Amino acid sequence: MSPSLREAGLFAGLALLVAGIFAWLGAAYGVRMLAEAACYAIIALGLTIQWGYAGLFNVGLMGFVAIAAFTTVLVSFPVNDAFWQGDGPVMLGQVALTLVIGVAVTILLSRSTRIGLPKGLRTALTLVAAAITYLAVQGQLDPAATLIEREAGFVGGLGLPVWMGWVAGGLVAGLLGWAMGRITLGLRADYMAIATLGIAEIVKAFLKNADWLTRGTLTVSPLPWPVPTPQELGFVASRSAYLAVTAVMIVVLYVLLERAWHSPWGRMMRAIRDNEVSAAAMGKDINRRRLEMFIVGNFIIGLGGAALITFTTIFDPSSFAPLNHTFLIWVMVILGGAGNNLGAIFGALLVYVIWIMSEPVAVFLFTTAEQWGESLFGWEAPSDLYTRALQMRVFVIGLTITLVLRFAPKGLLPEKVVKYD
Amino acid sequence: MPLLEMTNIHGGYGGANILNGVSIAIDADQIGVIVGPNGAGKSTTLKALFGLLKVGEGSVVFDGRTVTNMAPEKLVLEGLSYVPQEFNVFPTMSVEENLEMGAYVRRDGFRHLIDQVYGFFPPLKDKRRQPAGELSGGQRQMVAIGRALMTEPRLLLLDEPTAGLSPRYMGEIFDRIIAVNKAGVGILMVEQNARQALALAHRGFVLAGGQNRFTGTGAELLADPDVAKSFLGGGADHA
Amino acid sequence: MPEAGLLAILPMNEIVFFLNKVVIAGFIIGSVYALGAVGVTLIFGILRFAHFPHGDMMTAGAFVALVLLWIFPGAGAAVGLPTAFVLMPIAMAVTALFAVGLDRTFYRPMRKAGVKPVVMVMTSIGVMLMMQGLLRLFAGTGTRQLYVDTDAKDIYRIPLGGRDLVITEPQLLLFATTIVAVVALHLFLTRSRMGKAMRAVSDNPDLARVSGISIDHVVRTTWLIAGALAAAGGTLLALDVTLKPDLSYNIILPIFAAAIVGGVGQPYGAIAGGLLVGFSETLAVFNWSVLLRPLRPYLPEFIEIPAKLAFVPTEYKIVVPFFILVAVLIWRPTGIFKGRVNI
Ligand SMILES: Nc1ncnc2c1ncn2[C@@H]1O[C@H](COP(=O)(O)OP(=O)(O)OP(=O)(O)O)[C@@H](O)[C@H]1O
Ligand SMILES: [Mg+2]
Repeated sequence: MSPSLREAGLFAGLALLVAGIFAWLGAAYGVRMLAEAACYAIIALGLTIQWGYAGLFNVGLMGFVAIAAFTTVLVSFPVNDAFWQGDGPVMLGQVALTLVIGVAVTILLSRSTRIGLPKGLRTALTLVAAAITYLAVQGQLDPAATLIEREAGFVGGLGLPVWMGWVAGGLVAGLLGWAMGRITLGLRADYMAIATLGIAEIVKAFLKNADWLTRGTLTVSPLPWPVPTPQELGFVASRSAYLAVTAVMIVVLYVLLERAWHSPWGRMMRAIRDNEVSAAAMGKDINRRRLEMFIVGNFIIGLGGAALITFTTIFDPSSFAPLNHTFLIWVMVILGGAGNNLGAIFGALLVYVIWIMSEPVAVFLFTTAEQWGESLFGWEAPSDLYTRALQMRVFVIGLTITLVLRFAPKGLLPEKVVKYD
Repeated sequence: MPLLEMTNIHGGYGGANILNGVSIAIDADQIGVIVGPNGAGKSTTLKALFGLLKVGEGSVVFDGRTVTNMAPEKLVLEGLSYVPQEFNVFPTMSVEENLEMGAYVRRDGFRHLIDQVYGFFPPLKDKRRQPAGELSGGQRQMVAIGRALMTEPRLLLLDEPTAGLSPRYMGEIFDRIIAVNKAGVGILMVEQNARQALALAHRGFVLAGGQNRFTGTGAELLADPDVAKSFLGGGADHA
Repeated sequence: MPEAGLLAILPMNEIVFFLNKVVIAGFIIGSVYALGAVGVTLIFGILRFAHFPHGDMMTAGAFVALVLLWIFPGAGAAVGLPTAFVLMPIAMAVTALFAVGLDRTFYRPMRKAGVKPVVMVMTSIGVMLMMQGLLRLFAGTGTRQLYVDTDAKDIYRIPLGGRDLVITEPQLLLFATTIVAVVALHLFLTRSRMGKAMRAVSDNPDLARVSGISIDHVVRTTWLIAGALAAAGGTLLALDVTLKPDLSYNIILPIFAAAIVGGVGQPYGAIAGGLLVGFSETLAVFNWSVLLRPLRPYLPEFIEIPAKLAFVPTEYKIVVPFFILVAVLIWRPTGIFKGRVNI
């Protein structure tokens, strides 16, 4: 079967599946599912850049999604007047000032060997300066945070348009990726996985506990939408508009990525991924190129993450389950076909539809089993059977990963080998 | 009957073939030396012989048994032993532990063999507790050869045992190799220091482009003007 | 008696508080990390990949102990030790076999196919998700005790002037087990044929192979040891605190940090790394004001001692191992004990 026939067949099958769900559960549900799947597809495109193009192992996806979503809240949530009229801004300004001075002093000290200080002394002074900066910032931030929480709840947003929030979210995710990449890109892939996992955990811990900034477990809602909300338009129309926005983003990203992939730049990237040694021998600065990939990938991941959280209308830091959701996206990419943009999009749509449908299926299976068990053996099911049933889905993600890697490492839509003349 | 007979070997690392018909035969108790330019396939020949890469065509017969494509762990039991060109010791393990690892396949006592190795390579005895990674290049080479001798092989494969050594050490290692050979172990070694190596070889093989170019006794090859012109570099490596 | 005089002016209360909160607590959590990190580092040294499900293997080991506890509830009373501890060797054996099974089913086929290390890591993450799903499926997400009614959770109080130094029975057992495990591992790696073969494979797998060392045997032994130690660590941690399925989750990052700090492939390094990470955590979240307050009379007026002065708020404890990890990766990627596996 030719690749394009295969693509057509797979997408047609997917369309049938989606049509079935529309017919069964209604248009409002179906459009919601598609809009969310579209956001996941954007994230999957970002990941396929990192993994499929560059072979970079990012296990901290949800950390980058969360930080991007938070940035969106900060940029586009309505202004909180109580905060701006209180003492909070001034106090935060002081914190920022302390931070800037402290960081500047620390950096200057870390360069102090140039004026002839011995290395050991320099290191000691730098560490002391960093520690003092840290303690001073923390000491000033604590009262500020308490005050803001008491007076205003949290800092609120800047009230800017949503698209600005999304772009800002992508940029912040890219920036964090830059910092991570600087540290881990020269090392083996395992270390990168561990480090990105750590970053995701820390981002989550921060967003969850910095109540003054994020409202923490109190959550922020409703997040503004880039299109009229369901209250104004009704569910189907409003969600369809949202879906249209994300679909346009996918198309734009897809076209850009395909062009990049077929350019000399893309060829260089593949050369690096497929044969690091000879690419290095040809004098390519591998880690720089990979850093670029990591940042671009993270930007797109942030963009998609921001769109996803905006769609759910609620920012809840504790809802970012780092591993499960991260690997849901990983399954999308490797099942779809790493290194194939169409594959990533297809994988995202398919896996998300299955994921969504698996919830009622799992619950149905377990309640049936419960009834059978009860009537046949007098087995008393545990009361938390429902939540337990959902754990089955985590198992299935894991199983899918191991099976795909072993039996279909190229995915459903394998990467197309690009030929040059 | 030769101890080892490799006939018309073809093989490679998965891509194009590196070996395009290599034939090597040596008798028991002989020293065979393989020389040739860089990239000629010398190391690859030893690897093919020792089951470290797939032989596509041709056959390897050792002591009358066909051992083509046999796994290295099995070949050790057959009486072959191999010292790679680089990374040929366990760097964090002591000299003695390195030797013990050489005897891993033995279930009988091997104390006397360790003493025998110390007999061949006296400097190792003082360093027995020192990690092999901390030794000098020559001593490391001795550990590597000693490790390979621990199975009491009948044929020892050495890949450039004198690479990177000073002339003094080179002579010492060659002397030791001759001593080992005198003790009844056949030797097949790859050497860059072609003149010295051929001088002590019973059989010599000049490889280029994955094929035999010249084959003969060591003395014949040294005397052959064609060999001297193309492969021995006009005597620049007299030491 | 000058000594008694010295004791009298020392703020014993606060010092003992420090000992309890930092030294003992650090040693305990550090021991748990060490037991896990040894397994991770051995697997890394031999198989060359980061084993993500290790935390879940520890949790699984504790659950095996729990199941055994249901089957033999009387085992502990007979010996006078906590039942779960008495049954721990069985749990270790079961988990060790389970680890070998995991390898057979999931990792070995990938190894034979010669995949890149990163694909191994990803497979291991798939396994991790499967284990997490299964554990929660069968055990729910609730909290359980590894103590049965007949066990008494002994608490030892050592009076030291003001406050008492407090050590519980499971903590003592944890110390004892860690020390026994370290000594046994040392003897195994330096004296036994198989132990030396493991070091050889970790040093130079190709040379080990041409020496006739069976990589399969070495790999199996590695999983046995890693699984057994993981079960011990998990069971003892669950005895000390409680048993819940997400026990593993907070533990995997510190364990990796410990293994990398110690230099991957270095069992002793992993133990030192585990303790280092454990102590760093307790030191970082310790409220230093407690120790500063007795100095109040000697300090100038303008210095005020805040109510809470910790390097890291407890909620951010996860930052500590991460920070250690990043610091090591930046300045000394081979770890402080020069690991062999790098780049
Ligand atoms: N592991 C490998 N994978 C792919 N190709 C290899 C590998 N090892 C060697 N080659 C290629 O095989 C050819 C022969 O290499 P080989 O190492 O046998 O040469 P050699 O004669 O030992 O040279 P030298 O004197 O430099 O050691 C070279 O072109 C080399 O690039
Ligand atoms: Mg060679």
